Amino acid sequence: MSSVSPSPYPETDEKADKPKRHEWPLWEVFVRGQHGMSHRHVGSLHAPDAEMAILNARDVYTRRNEGVSLWVVEARHIAASSPSDKGPLYEPSESKIYRHPTFFDIPDDVGAM
Amino acid sequence: MDDTLFEFLLRQGDNTLVLGHRVSEWCGHAPVLEEDIALANTALDLIGQTRMWLGYAGEVEGKGRSADDLAYLRDAWDFRNLLMLERPNGDFGHTLLRQFLFDAFQVPHLKALEDSSDPRIAEIAAKSVKEATYHLERSRETVIALGDGTGESHARMQAALDLLWPYVGEMFLSDEVDTDMAQRGIAPDPASLRQTWDKTVTQALTDATLERPEGDFTHRGGKTGEMHTEHLGHMLATMQFLQRAYPGATW
Repeated sequence: MSSVSPSPYPETDEKADKPKRHEWPLWEVFVRGQHGMSHRHVGSLHAPDAEMAILNARDVYTRRNEGVSLWVVEARHIAASSPSDKGPLYEPSESKIYRHPTFFDIPDDVGAM
Repeated sequence: MDDTLFEFLLRQGDNTLVLGHRVSEWCGHAPVLEEDIALANTALDLIGQTRMWLGYAGEVEGKGRSADDLAYLRDAWDFRNLLMLERPNGDFGHTLLRQFLFDAFQVPHLKALEDSSDPRIAEIAAKSVKEATYHLERSRETVIALGDGTGESHARMQAALDLLWPYVGEMFLSDEVDTDMAQRGIAPDPASLRQTWDKTVTQALTDATLERPEGDFTHRGGKTGEMHTEHLGHMLATMQFLQRAYPGATW
């Protein structure tokens, strides 16, 4: 027997004039796996503010010891390239193989680059 | 057997076990996915701490009972948890407020236990205090957000506070077990933690625009095992069902 009352949904009468229930803002989450590495995007979540977004990110994305640092940013602040610009943006580099520095031997001591 | 030490360890383990089980009842029911995961994490932390407390209790008792035996094969009158922790969860705000009122006690309590003269207890406390500190941060933020939220959330939080207030005093009651633990340097006198607790709670309630209830009356009996609420038996019926119906079942 569970003692949970996940109210207000089941027991509360929904009034017709009740304001629309607003979703919390969406946040994108970035985790730094270990010192010296960069933060990487791991997913997103909802939270009412930045502090709660960090706490939620801790619980959702670092519970298996994934990280040493967290960034969150509200998704609406991210500017993204448009899929329709794919041609002009990315295709010109496809034919420029000489831009890949594959002709150099990187010493093992350098580590992650 | 060291009777008072055993009793003290049962109190620690039963607090985390009973609260851990109550919090786990939210799994799959929380208002949003993020809170669901956070509550499940909290419950798992508390049950992990229970393993350490009750595991050590079984060793001190010396009758070969494991943490599982103590958790699943004792009846309500053998439990030594605070009454506040066995109460039903109520709504989300009530659950988080209870968590906050306990976390605000548990953090200074565990910090004091880190200096225990018993090295096993100091070790368990050092491991638990990091989790408890996070629980406190989270429950505190949520209590403030809901208290200082909408008219509805504020009213629910104030009602929850009024309901829980007569249970908080039990955390600070001392009996002969506490006196013995304090004299031997094993654990602090619970009464000595009240000032820190008051400071944390008063500040948070002010930020949450909640009114601190008047009065010092407190329900008692859970920690000493003298008397539990009717809710504990129902909770144990669910929690212990599998081991009762299928003794020794494993998977």
